[in-house]
Amino acid sequence: MKTLRTAVALGLWTAGLVAAQAPKYGVGRAVSAAEIGNYGIMVGADGKGLPEGSGTAVEGKAVYAAKCGNCHGAKGEGGIGTALVGGKGTLATAKPLKTVGSYWPYATTVWDYVHRAMPFDRAGTLKYDEVYSVVAYVLFLNGIVEEKQVMNASTLPKVRMPNRDGFVPDPRPDVGRMGKARE
Amino acid sequence: MKRTNRRRVLQLGAGLGSGLLGKAEEGRAPGRPLSGYGERSKYVKPVRTMRQTKTPQAGSSATPLADMYGIITPSALHYERHHAGVPDIDPERHTLLIHGLVERPLLLTMEDIRRLPSVSRIHFLECGGNSGGEWQEKTGPDAQRSYGLASCSEWTGVPLRLALREAGVKPEAKWMIAEGADACRMQRSVPLTQDLDDALLAYGQNGEPLRPEQGFPLRLLTPGWEGNVQVKWLRRLFFTAAPHYTRDETSRYSDLMPDGKARIFTLMQEAKSLVTFPSGGRRLAGAGWYEITGLAWTGRGRITRVEVTLDGGNSWQDARLDEPVLRKAFTRFRLPWRWDGKDAVIASRATDESGYVQPMREQLIAVRGRNSGSHFNGVKMWRVQADGSVTNEDA
Repeated sequence: MKTLRTAVALGLWTAGLVAAQAPKYGVGRAVSAAEIGNYGIMVGADGKGLPEGSGTAVEGKAVYAAKCGNCHGAKGEGGIGTALVGGKGTLATAKPLKTVGSYWPYATTVWDYVHRAMPFDRAGTLKYDEVYSVVAYVLFLNGIVEEKQVMNASTLPKVRMPNRDGFVPDPRPDVGRMGKARE
Repeated sequence: MKRTNRRRVLQLGAGLGSGLLGKAEEGRAPGRPLSGYGERSKYVKPVRTMRQTKTPQAGSSATPLADMYGIITPSALHYERHHAGVPDIDPERHTLLIHGLVERPLLLTMEDIRRLPSVSRIHFLECGGNSGGEWQEKTGPDAQRSYGLASCSEWTGVPLRLALREAGVKPEAKWMIAEGADACRMQRSVPLTQDLDDALLAYGQNGEPLRPEQGFPLRLLTPGWEGNVQVKWLRRLFFTAAPHYTRDETSRYSDLMPDGKARIFTLMQEAKSLVTFPSGGRRLAGAGWYEITGLAWTGRGRITRVEVTLDGGNSWQDARLDEPVLRKAFTRFRLPWRWDGKDAVIASRATDESGYVQPMREQLIAVRGRNSGSHFNGVKMWRVQADGSVTNEDA
């Protein structure tokens, strides 16, 4: 029901924008594709926007040791940084461990986040091949891909994450009285 | 004549208060000279509190809610939540890119944005993880450390829809990916729902440009939704048919339920309130009159009612709401109270214009378990003990 309402609302607000398509104020300027490129890639959950390049866990192991293990632990067990490995079967327990392997629904998200935000102290320095490699390694540590499985723009979106179906839409309000306070 | 006398009496009073009695011959030297930028009195000391962390660039600091008057949070005390530190951005060089499923990809400078029609509105901002500790057995000991990731400011900016009209959003666009200019390039997928009618590209806060901690020079403001989606240091809006399922809307800011499923895109900050006096850590001087006061807010519009209990929730009475009661803003409530010097368990409960009533903590836990981490909005109880001390009441 709530999901349905949201879907309807999605259409309505966009329709309102479309009805008023002509620019009114003419501020700002047009941008070329090259300029947009300078802002960095955008990566969708379907893999749209993933760049060329590739890597496997074999290469990723070295990248991980050099640039990730300090914070996330030698085997992804966590440290200053969050745990990346483990936690399978813990989500419905009193002590859930949310990792790439146990929680993250899309492998593309791992790629996108590593590319944008990691390493924490030098974000944006990893080359595309390094990102594919290190993501392959983290997926391998979680038993999701094989050690020599090549990750690239076409294979990565096809990786099925264990918790892919673990997310549900927001059902709120789910707690609390919806009627008048005093009746 | 009379006036002069009164002034003398006042001056004498001031002299007594300042400990100048007995130095009458020296007189009163003038105070500090004019200054270009004001500071608060050295006697006023509340600050944001932080948890111990090895990565202080990725953490939060909380507003001292119990020290606040009215509904506006001083900008310097607005709560912080950063994921890769506060970037140093020259507004002359900052731009906003609007692209993806739009007719005209557009690049706007801050000067461009300030040329568009603007509005100023008062709205609360609350971290989706505010009160996250309240899900646990041991709750927060005071207002700041339990509810302090919420603040309220007057924001100035351009209605989002005006800026989007300039780019022409295509009908197939259903989501907007907002990206910040912080080191992690924070991204969130924003659903294009009618809740965005009051969304702003905000550049002003409490009469001045945004504070760096709040996104200087430009942030997205989607009033009523969790803070994380209101991306700071906004550099890009990318229009798509589907969400990107970014790290901060999947791995983080999703709400894990007892069955192991997690709720996603839980954006709404539901009605919530808190008694800020008396609250944890305070001490009442003795029996007699006090003013119970606190704050209420809701992402669903206006607060319509705040009730206060003095007996742990057995009975409730209406508190007075300060006017004006604004949409999606802090609402100040007050209730005069004559303390009889005995144990009292005090709490508030808010109702909003949708009819939603703030739930009890146990009700929330019964439905959502203890591992949600986010969006706790339960009633918070304070116990006033016979000696005047005030503590949190977990029961």
